[in-house]
Amino acid sequence: MFSYCTDPSTLDGLKWLSCYLTTGKHMSFYASFGTVLALLAITAPVALLFGFAGASAARARIAPIRWLGKSYTAIVRGVPDIAFFLFFVIALDQAFEWMRHKVKCPDWDHPIRQGSDFIVCDAAKLPLSSSAQWIHEAYGFSLAVLTFAIVFGAFAANVLFGAMQAVPRAQMETAEAYGMSHRQTFWRILVPQMWTYALPGLSNLWMILIKATPLLFLLGVEDVVYWARELGATKTAKFSDYPHGNWHMQYFFGLLVFYLAFTSLSERVFKRISARLSHGQATAAGEAQRKAAQ
Amino acid sequence: MKKLILTTTALAMTASFAMADTVRMGTEGAYAPWNFVNDAGEIDGFERELGDELCKRAELECTWVKNEWDSIIPNLVSSNYDTIIAGMSITPERDEVIDFTQAYTPADPSAYAAMSADVNLEGGVIAAQATTIQAGFVAAQGWTLVEFATPEETVAAVKNGEADAVLADKSFLDTMVGQDGLVMLERMEAIGGGVGMGLRESDPELRAKFDAAIQSMKDDGSLNTLIAKWEVSTQW
Repeated sequence: MFSYCTDPSTLDGLKWLSCYLTTGKHMSFYASFGTVLALLAITAPVALLFGFAGASAARARIAPIRWLGKSYTAIVRGVPDIAFFLFFVIALDQAFEWMRHKVKCPDWDHPIRQGSDFIVCDAAKLPLSSSAQWIHEAYGFSLAVLTFAIVFGAFAANVLFGAMQAVPRAQMETAEAYGMSHRQTFWRILVPQMWTYALPGLSNLWMILIKATPLLFLLGVEDVVYWARELGATKTAKFSDYPHGNWHMQYFFGLLVFYLAFTSLSERVFKRISARLSHGQATAAGEAQRKAAQ
Repeated sequence: MKKLILTTTALAMTASFAMADTVRMGTEGAYAPWNFVNDAGEIDGFERELGDELCKRAELECTWVKNEWDSIIPNLVSSNYDTIIAGMSITPERDEVIDFTQAYTPADPSAYAAMSADVNLEGGVIAAQATTIQAGFVAAQGWTLVEFATPEETVAAVKNGEADAVLADKSFLDTMVGQDGLVMLERMEAIGGGVGMGLRESDPELRAKFDAAIQSMKDDGSLNTLIAKWEVSTQW
């Protein structure tokens, strides 16, 4: 990075540190913070969407849809995350490739499953084995988003389902008395009011999601924890210009600061949202706001 | 005649198109001197150099992929990459799931490292990386085994007293002993059958290409030069 970094063994103190902290490897480490934040920014809304769909399905009037919603939340919540990430993602990837294979290579005569191997024609590979590394990484990243969304969507569905049940029945009855249809009461009365009940549960999920990103490396996506582990590992002079002992403590302390800062920021944001949502609600928090305003 | 030439060229061209497919090489990137991530953030080490040379000899275009050791075989068989080149010993159990090329380093004994030379292995706690031949060996002896996901953690466990000794490839421990009072023990274990490249069982063509390339490197002595340069094992 800097001109004086050509021979780090002659440097010491701050100069050495400035060279050390700007190696290509450290740049990948800094970039991985962006990866994690991007993952969270995309996953959270998608998971919420999955959750909303799951919760709505779980209280549908048509039995098969209700069963679908209930079994989605029950099954996904029951499977350990790591099992999901090790096996489900590979299965998902294979399902995509299998579908592409059926469309793109109809006259393929070899079996797709050969023992433990999974072989599709070259044109059906996802991504194509000739595509650039960043496409492979983007594909791994989107698989990760989808898997996170499915897992956390199931938990969110349960939270939202409970929140929907918590909206006072009297509110719904009033809406029905005004002649609103089922759909209208759902969108105009139930959904706007349920968020205040859902928020504590959803904020829990968000906190857990923030800390779940190390599962990413199982999918080949390098997150902050992977790089901290890699950079903090003992480096000998033979394989690195910057030999050092085991610095896991320092790197993980850095991560600790990052995660604490991030969660405390989230905490503050949730507090504001919560105050907004309680406004005018028939809850204790809403009542307190009314009293304070008087 | 002209038509014949045209068809042959066309055939040769399609063949070369198929050949131009990129081969993705899967490795762990945490096992110096075999494979590790260098200061620039790239995969480096004995296997990086070996793999690049093998690809050149087999006239393949290769790219490198990092993958956690735990899921390195499942991701190979589901075609996320095409080879495993990660210091993987050839064992009958692995051979049931994937195929191996011929070994590119000879079968070397595994070694122990501990904080003192007179540690009692039978009654002690032994650290090893999960799903390695060393972990299998310790478990089979009936000793107390603690497993870790990465090689670095196995050594750290010995340093902080969680384990009494670590069992691993000697070449890896060579890079670790001498720091913080870590010493190599006299005792070695003859386990494993040499290190080879892992490929899908349904991929015999690629395996044949790499096999031939390894053979040519053995024949002209360049493999021995590489082994000596990185100090990964004994010579052929």
